[in-house]
Amino acid sequence: MRTKLWGWFKPLVEGLFAALLGFGIGAVLMLLWKYDPVKAYLALFQGAFGDFGSIGKALSCLLSQGIDACKETGVIYGLYELTNTLTNATPLILTGLTFAIGIRAGLFNIGAEGQVYIGAMAAVAASLFSLPPGLHVLVSILFALIAGALWSLPVALLKATRGVHEVISTIMLNWVGRYLAYYLIATALVDPNRAEKSISIAQSARLLPILPGMDLTASLLVSVLFAGIIYWILWQTALGYEIRAVGLNPDASRYGGIRPTRTMIASFVLGGLAAGLAGATQILGRPPTYALYEDLSNVMNLGFDGIAVALIGRNHPLGAIVAAIFMGGLSAGSNQMQIAAQVPLEMVRVVQGAIILTLAIPELLSIFKIFRRKRG
Amino acid sequence: MQECTVNFVGFLSLLWNSAPDLLRLALIAMVPITLTSVGEVFSEKSGIVNIGLEGILLISAFTSLWAAEVTSSPWIGLLAGLGTGALIGWIHGLIAIPLKGDQVISGIGINLFALGFVAFGIMAVWKSAGYHQAPPAARVPALQTPLGDLSPLIPATILIAILTWFLLNKTVLGLRVKAVGENPEATDVAGISVERTRFFAVIYGASLAGLGGAYLSIDWLSTITKELSAGRGFIALANVVFSGLNPLLALLGGFLFGVFDTLALWIDTVSELKPCLPFAFHNFVKMLPYIATLAVVAVAIGHARFPKQSGQPYRRE
Repeated sequence: MRTKLWGWFKPLVEGLFAALLGFGIGAVLMLLWKYDPVKAYLALFQGAFGDFGSIGKALSCLLSQGIDACKETGVIYGLYELTNTLTNATPLILTGLTFAIGIRAGLFNIGAEGQVYIGAMAAVAASLFSLPPGLHVLVSILFALIAGALWSLPVALLKATRGVHEVISTIMLNWVGRYLAYYLIATALVDPNRAEKSISIAQSARLLPILPGMDLTASLLVSVLFAGIIYWILWQTALGYEIRAVGLNPDASRYGGIRPTRTMIASFVLGGLAAGLAGATQILGRPPTYALYEDLSNVMNLGFDGIAVALIGRNHPLGAIVAAIFMGGLSAGSNQMQIAAQVPLEMVRVVQGAIILTLAIPELLSIFKIFRRKRG
Repeated sequence: MQECTVNFVGFLSLLWNSAPDLLRLALIAMVPITLTSVGEVFSEKSGIVNIGLEGILLISAFTSLWAAEVTSSPWIGLLAGLGTGALIGWIHGLIAIPLKGDQVISGIGINLFALGFVAFGIMAVWKSAGYHQAPPAARVPALQTPLGDLSPLIPATILIAILTWFLLNKTVLGLRVKAVGENPEATDVAGISVERTRFFAVIYGASLAGLGGAYLSIDWLSTITKELSAGRGFIALANVVFSGLNPLLALLGGFLFGVFDTLALWIDTVSELKPCLPFAFHNFVKMLPYIATLAVVAVAIGHARFPKQSGQPYRRE
């Protein structure tokens, strides 16, 4: 009983330890350059979540008086920071899933970055024609899903036929996808009036804010739903069982009659679907832009951040949701940190990198034991 | 709109006329990829895979420019690059060897950390957002050659590749490095420290990547930006696969990638070609090195053979 509980708590304790170390290293760097880490982290937290009193007031107002009344008094804006964090988390849940599914199958799929670009473009392309509202959203999402999956196929095929390692092929395809996106935004998808962005998403294909004045849209639900589907596939279907079996022990599963090539292709395609969808949520459901910038700045790094999300979330779909909120909070709060403590907002990436480095160590908590033994 | 007057023969003659220039530029572009891949070949021979090369290039580019600027000496800058690489290699080794961590995840961590650290550092040191130019005093002085001014790091890179090949194949140290990659149990029994040998290999490899990073910021590009490495660390990883873990083939591969890199830039700059290319065509040209890398790896992988213990931590029974 005790060991079973520990099995649940261990990843949590390790995650907390890694986060502590990550923030610690960040603080050391800030001290070296004479920034105030306490002020910075307080601003970071404030920017990510707001304060709990205002959140509570806003929620109770919403429940008792409805949206309009709370907007009138401004009480609703107590939720501003929190909804920002959730908005940031939305695509990261999905790109986190891409990497997590890969790891479950024993693959290092870092192709989410490029697949996000391609998915986002496909979502924009769906606004080249008109469709009734609702249906247009579904078609745009479908486009993005298919595009993301297509962009993952070369990776799967090159690995199956030529044994090309996915780390190399995905990185190369990320760059190819980037220049393809630059090209298409400048040509087929260009906004005739504003060359710095693509055409805007048609009104009928947009996901609109849930609360007035805040960016959170129904895309969060799409994201969470997709995470639920991936959870179901991985733990409730034969395919998911095979994916996990190959990831745990490829040789044993081959003897057991599982075809590793098939599960490998399936996990890349599932990852591609997730990343393509991330591109769609960012374009269809992220006010006020509803377009793709020429320099891709509004979809850049979502894929790479997904790697951190997956690793922090222990490659579990539900863990990815929690980790995406953590990461979304970091990026939402980083602006506040830059304003209040003048710390460059890239600091949060230092913290993320340090956390990942720490999580690479398998028996994190037994480090202390090793050092104790060495000393003794 | 200008008319396109260049046919295929005309294109070839344009290419031929710029050949010396292209060769020079290819040699210049070869350096960071070759240094990084030769180092990684050495490291991978010992069983330690480091996909954090991209991050090492970036961080070293930053630290070396900083050091060179503070001391007004490019040579100290180069040393700082080497040292930064060594330090990151040591950290990667610490995670991979005694702590038996996952090498790929550790590499991803290094890359993420670099992305933040360098952007933060540029801001913290020079108070400028994402960009700083190297002052002339911090730049590595060029050598006069028949091809024009060339960096002394170009012959150094060729020398390092040959030296690394020699080290791996003709010395006892090289034999040990290969042995811990293939059969750590046997080497351990023979009284050779698996840990120490692997640490040496990973630090050696990362130092060369550090030198490559220094070359980027205080020599070739004379600047630091938060995207300075532009995927070269990953191209180097692809080149390692292409080379089949032979430092001399890594040199050849590095040169070939240099050619592709240069060609992409060249097509973009020749004014006669401008009207012949469709609008925004330069984006396709820029894909060239990445597609070439992918193609080369897909063709080359058939004969590549990696150490048995590649990426595996060694646990004493």
